[in-house]
Amino acid sequence: MISFLQTQLFLFDPLSLFFLVVIAIISLPSAIYSFGYLKGEYSPAKINLSWFLLAIFVLSMAAVVTINNALIFLVAWEIMSLVSYFLVVFDTKHDKSIQAGMIYIVMTHIGTAFLIAAFMIMFKHAGSFDFLEIKKACLAMPSQVKNILFVLFLIGFGTKAGIVPLHIWLPYAHPQAPSHISSIMSGVMIKTAIYGMIRFIIFILGAGPSWWGTIVLLFAVITCLVGIIYALMERDIKRLLAYSSVENIGIILLGVGLAMFFTSINLPYLAIFSLIAGLYHLINHAIFKGLLFLCAGSVYKATGTRNIEKLGGLIKKMPHTAVYFLIGVMAISALPPLNGFVSEWLILQAFFLGVLNAIGGAKLFLGVCAAMLALTSGLAAACFVKAFGITFLAEPRSHYAQSAKEVSPSMRAGMFILSLFCILFGLAAAAIIRQLSKAAGAATGIDISNMKFALNNFTLSPQAGESVYLSVPLISLLLVIFGAVAFFVYALFGRAKAVIYKTWDCGYYKLNFRNEYTATAFSKPFRVAFSFFLRPYRKTQKIRESFYHVKAFTYETHTTPVFKKYIYGPVLVLVFKSAKFMRRMQPGSIHLYLGYIFITLLLLILFMHKF
Amino acid sequence: MNIVLIFLQLIFFLLAAPFLSGLISKIKNNLRMRKGQSILQPYYNIKKLFLKGEVVSETASWIFRVCPFIVASSMLAAAMLVPVFIFQSPAHQAGDFLALIFIFSLGRFFLALSALDTGSSFGGMGSSREMFISALAEPAFCLVVFSVSLQSGSTDISSFSGMHALTVSSVFGAITLFLVAIAETSRVPVDNQETHLELTMVHEAMALEYSGRSLALIELASYLKQMILFFLIAQIIFPIGLPVFGNLAGLFFWSLWYLARMIIIAIAVALVEVSVAKMRLFRVADFLGFAFILGIIALVCAVLGV
Repeated sequence: MISFLQTQLFLFDPLSLFFLVVIAIISLPSAIYSFGYLKGEYSPAKINLSWFLLAIFVLSMAAVVTINNALIFLVAWEIMSLVSYFLVVFDTKHDKSIQAGMIYIVMTHIGTAFLIAAFMIMFKHAGSFDFLEIKKACLAMPSQVKNILFVLFLIGFGTKAGIVPLHIWLPYAHPQAPSHISSIMSGVMIKTAIYGMIRFIIFILGAGPSWWGTIVLLFAVITCLVGIIYALMERDIKRLLAYSSVENIGIILLGVGLAMFFTSINLPYLAIFSLIAGLYHLINHAIFKGLLFLCAGSVYKATGTRNIEKLGGLIKKMPHTAVYFLIGVMAISALPPLNGFVSEWLILQAFFLGVLNAIGGAKLFLGVCAAMLALTSGLAAACFVKAFGITFLAEPRSHYAQSAKEVSPSMRAGMFILSLFCILFGLAAAAIIRQLSKAAGAATGIDISNMKFALNNFTLSPQAGESVYLSVPLISLLLVIFGAVAFFVYALFGRAKAVIYKTWDCGYYKLNFRNEYTATAFSKPFRVAFSFFLRPYRKTQKIRESFYHVKAFTYETHTTPVFKKYIYGPVLVLVFKSAKFMRRMQPGSIHLYLGYIFITLLLLILFMHKF
Repeated sequence: MNIVLIFLQLIFFLLAAPFLSGLISKIKNNLRMRKGQSILQPYYNIKKLFLKGEVVSETASWIFRVCPFIVASSMLAAAMLVPVFIFQSPAHQAGDFLALIFIFSLGRFFLALSALDTGSSFGGMGSSREMFISALAEPAFCLVVFSVSLQSGSTDISSFSGMHALTVSSVFGAITLFLVAIAETSRVPVDNQETHLELTMVHEAMALEYSGRSLALIELASYLKQMILFFLIAQIIFPIGLPVFGNLAGLFFWSLWYLARMIIIAIAVALVEVSVAKMRLFRVADFLGFAFILGIIALVCAVLGV
């Protein structure tokens, strides 16, 4: 069993390096940010503890994406899960932390259980834990075993990634951690699960039959839509971001699923292209979601609340944070010329090329998936108009927002770095794609040396020789030039300064914050349109002084948590019932326990004797 | 030559876009047995707005101030992606049909933000409804792009504009895009440009706080957006191939031809507007769901090659 130490312990292929870059690019600004964030929030001893946990957390993630041995991979994976659990329950002030941590640790271990099962099956066939050995052994593996492994990996890693319906822990755990940790968890940690899928399903198992890709695509589409619809309903800014992470994991998985699908129907060029698109969205999501969580942390630090219904007007109190948050929401809503736009364009283009080159019903399937991605992107734009508009614009809705002040320089520095990346990763798209093609080539094992992904330094073209272009620098140039022209025309026509006056109030009284639109009101059309899924219900209560006089009237509107109620609820009930049943085995009598030990020993001896 | 073509296309869009709006309102008025305003009224409006002073809400932040420029520049940039005269110049390489969807959403995003910025509940209402309608229109739009591009083999706009044959798929694609355009350009039955009744307005509610030059820029941008969408519908339903420019006369002839096709689309829009009643907001989901189904049919036809 010691033999595994003799093989190469680390694997630094372009895929691992790519994920190391993702870890570094988010962890560093988050660490800088945490200087200011932790100060005043926790005691000095706790701050030291948080640094210690952060270091182990980042190291364990780096280990997960570079280790070349399944057994040690599991150890690193487990360390990552446990440390992140400690970080989720770090805020012991809040009762919610404990609950969130509990849900997280249970779900993550269910996932790990599936991974352990998968690795044991692999070991049985390969006789080694070394990835490259397993890869070799996989060539001779019967297809049923591969299918089982695929399902195990999909569930195992899917739990960590937050695929619907395994996403249940994510909106609890991510918001509960300190914000710089939320940023790393949402930005990087769930991406290690995507790494696992690429490494074990595409790299080791080799993409498999076309239904694998189809299954991944189906789950990805569901994940996208469910994630963003829940995000739209959310009023807690960090939970909103966590649900949006679920959505973005779906978009990334669309790229990964497409790559599997195209490999299985023998379209290697498209497989590489869609994996590039997926990886591109992965790093982009890491950047802008990291940024948005840091901004949300700043808002929380400055106001003491995460409920956006109580915020508003922060653009005047926190001008820097507002700019960074605006860049983040623009990037995540896929607006040109920022990075999210490029990767969503690439994924849509990958779908289109699939529709163009696939055969038969697959064309239609891919077309409908792309339309669902378009819907997701439209809903995401609505969601982030709400997030930015309600939090930062108009008048403050409470004293929390009224007394907000801009955050400290170190926090601003962390946000600044990430928003710079949002712009850079949009402008330098062509160069980045060339780097990503190496990682995609290493993951799929397809030779990419004669594939062409970029026509020149600035223009992207999905297929060499075809006349489809996207040039982000050119779009930016057009936008800037026309913006300047519009401003010039504007300035030309009048020297009179604008008159500052009250907002139009229909001639009644002076408007105040109670007249403003709220987040709940903003998402009302969506709640009605998706009511078949959200199942909204109302709670009204009249508080009476007497039969004739109603003193107060309370009104609440909620949406039914479908997954919790219909899937996890019954499962939990079952677990508790069986636990109650099993309790009969433990009446507390030492004689009975000795008897158990004796019987176990007897069975073991019999077992050893027989085999 | 390229830079001249870019300028010509810009001028073509800026000159023709308000005309289409004026034309639609003239036809509508005539059909209702009214005299109606002049076809040139949108030009007068823009001139008037540019010369007028401006009132800005005291609640508004810089988002409200920069929004008109971003909206105008995004629509002007979108106008550069459409192959009217410049299908060979570098400006056209900036993006394809899919990129156009994203550029549209840039302007909309900022307009929705600026509507929330003034703290008026009209603005919030308009912002929420606009994002709702546009989100539901997006899948249908995407299916149009796919079904049309599938026929020409690439998402480049000039490649499908170069087609000469009208297919069944193109017909369905054009109808889908027509429905999407009705939603995107705030026409009846989705929205109504003529009303200022707070319970029904969407686009008008978002622009309610704007006045003077800023409003002129926003109005101009919405005319441009309408013209781009009409142009695309015309390209799909009247496939005549790409023009060849020998001389200035040829150029002039082509612009008239372009205009003639867009006028047909404008007449169709006017006819729809006078013959149907505005829907409740929540019925818009059914309307756009119908557009989505038509989009699927267009895609199926394109896959079958008919």
